[in-house]
Amino acid sequence: MSYFANILVFICIYGILAISLNLTIGFAGIFNLTHAAFFGIGAYTSALLTLTGVPFWLSFICAFLIAAIFGFLISLPATRLKGIYLAIVTFGFAEIIIAVMKNWQGLTRGPLGLPGIPKASLFGFKFASTWEFFVLAAVVLIITYVIISKIVNSPFGRTMRAIRDDEIAAKALGKNVMKYKSYAMLIGAGFAGIAGSLFAHYITFIDPSSFTLTELILMLSMIVVGGIASVPGALLGAAILVILPEPLRFLYLPSSIVAAIRQMLFSGILIAMLLFKPNGILGERRLLLKKNAKSSWFIKKLWRG
Amino acid sequence: MILSIDKLNAWYGKLQVLHDIDMHFNTGEIVSIIGPNGAGKSTVLKSIFNLIKKKGRIIYKNKNITKYTPQQIAKAGITYVPQGRSVFTDLTVHENIEIGAFIKPGNPWKDFKRVYTMFPNLKDLKNTRAGLLSGGEQQMTAIARALMLKPRVLLLDEPTLGLSPKVRTLIFDKIIEINKTGVTIIMVEQNAKRSLEISNRAYVLEICRNKYSGRGKQLLEDQRIKKLYLGGK
Repeated sequence: MSYFANILVFICIYGILAISLNLTIGFAGIFNLTHAAFFGIGAYTSALLTLTGVPFWLSFICAFLIAAIFGFLISLPATRLKGIYLAIVTFGFAEIIIAVMKNWQGLTRGPLGLPGIPKASLFGFKFASTWEFFVLAAVVLIITYVIISKIVNSPFGRTMRAIRDDEIAAKALGKNVMKYKSYAMLIGAGFAGIAGSLFAHYITFIDPSSFTLTELILMLSMIVVGGIASVPGALLGAAILVILPEPLRFLYLPSSIVAAIRQMLFSGILIAMLLFKPNGILGERRLLLKKNAKSSWFIKKLWRG
Repeated sequence: MILSIDKLNAWYGKLQVLHDIDMHFNTGEIVSIIGPNGAGKSTVLKSIFNLIKKKGRIIYKNKNITKYTPQQIAKAGITYVPQGRSVFTDLTVHENIEIGAFIKPGNPWKDFKRVYTMFPNLKDLKNTRAGLLSGGEQQMTAIARALMLKPRVLLLDEPTLGLSPKVRTLIFDKIIEINKTGVTIIMVEQNAKRSLEISNRAYVLEICRNKYSGRGKQLLEDQRIKKLYLGGK
């Protein structure tokens, strides 16, 4: 049943993306809209390196490093801004990266995309079948999950949450706010790069359209549904949003209608979640909501910074 | 003299809010900065901590700290408790206090013990989320957190803002207690009467300028202060 394996692989890839996006948005409070572009950077780095003959494990690591470097660079101007302005800047960066992917035809072949990316292989073992690839993706997901859980529960993670709650108070306690924010972006972007590498070597074809706004909104929906500032929540959200549109496949509708229904489904879920459970299924603020149930911290953060 | 401010000017964007302020603070004093709304009381503290655009000279222990970043200032021994119970609402009380640790070398466990003996009620609330506490408890958490940095100078921005009179008394008692351990306290207060009662000295700001200074108890009797607060000239 490689159909189920396929769904599981996508849950793993989106799980990694959602968990790492949650690190920046949920825990560090940086409204990062560049995540899909980091995913793309990872995918392109890994694909281009492998196509020139670099072994998979090495290009996988490079995908992490290059995406992390971009994450760090973008964090330098971006973390000096707040709220909606930060969102605009990170979104702008994402658009620039997509534009480069589309137009640097010598390197990326532009909108034609990169075909024929070899399947992942490790020490001579080729992850050819979907189930075999699922094992690889699951291992990477578990590693990501463990590392990010460790990070958010460490003193580093607590400081990150403290900065999100009250930046001036954190400064007053002698914390270098910019440093913490930059590290959060760097780590988040690196893991998005890893997800990109897995994606490229699974699909074996990438083009810029896989890393646009639509993907970003999907990732954002995952953390909103699953729970902002919750690592298991992000994974749950990823699983729900990957599985939910699957039944549409069996309705035998034309693909243009299915795509539209998918989008409507996602936005419907998003609106319903924000209305009835603004911090998601496993959101961190469960306790506080009882006291202050009217509006979500997440929405306030977006508007007020 | 532990801290002195020399010709301090500060701006919010293009608006100048402080004009040539001079102040000095002796070791072990409690000094209040009082004045009407918009006089720039909080701004003085913010500019000591380098959180806004400013000009002038700030000397701490014979060192010029004017250009220090907030984290350098915190390491040097000045700590700032911002206005409005600035606790990290999602963290527990213990986690809040813990954030204050680890900036200085040395064993933080002793500091935990010291802080919890000073604020015994926080020990019982250790595992409660700070956002669920009452206003007074939140303010105490914020002060306790600042004490973890073992400050020599503690800047308090309106520590009793929006608290009930009973809790206010409690907070003022704690401030005296902290001061007795040798910490210099610089406090901005709306509640001028109570803060003058416990202060050694006070500065009065009126619309961005340093108006008068004097002994706390003296100022309390001063006719000019009464007029200033009633809005007269």
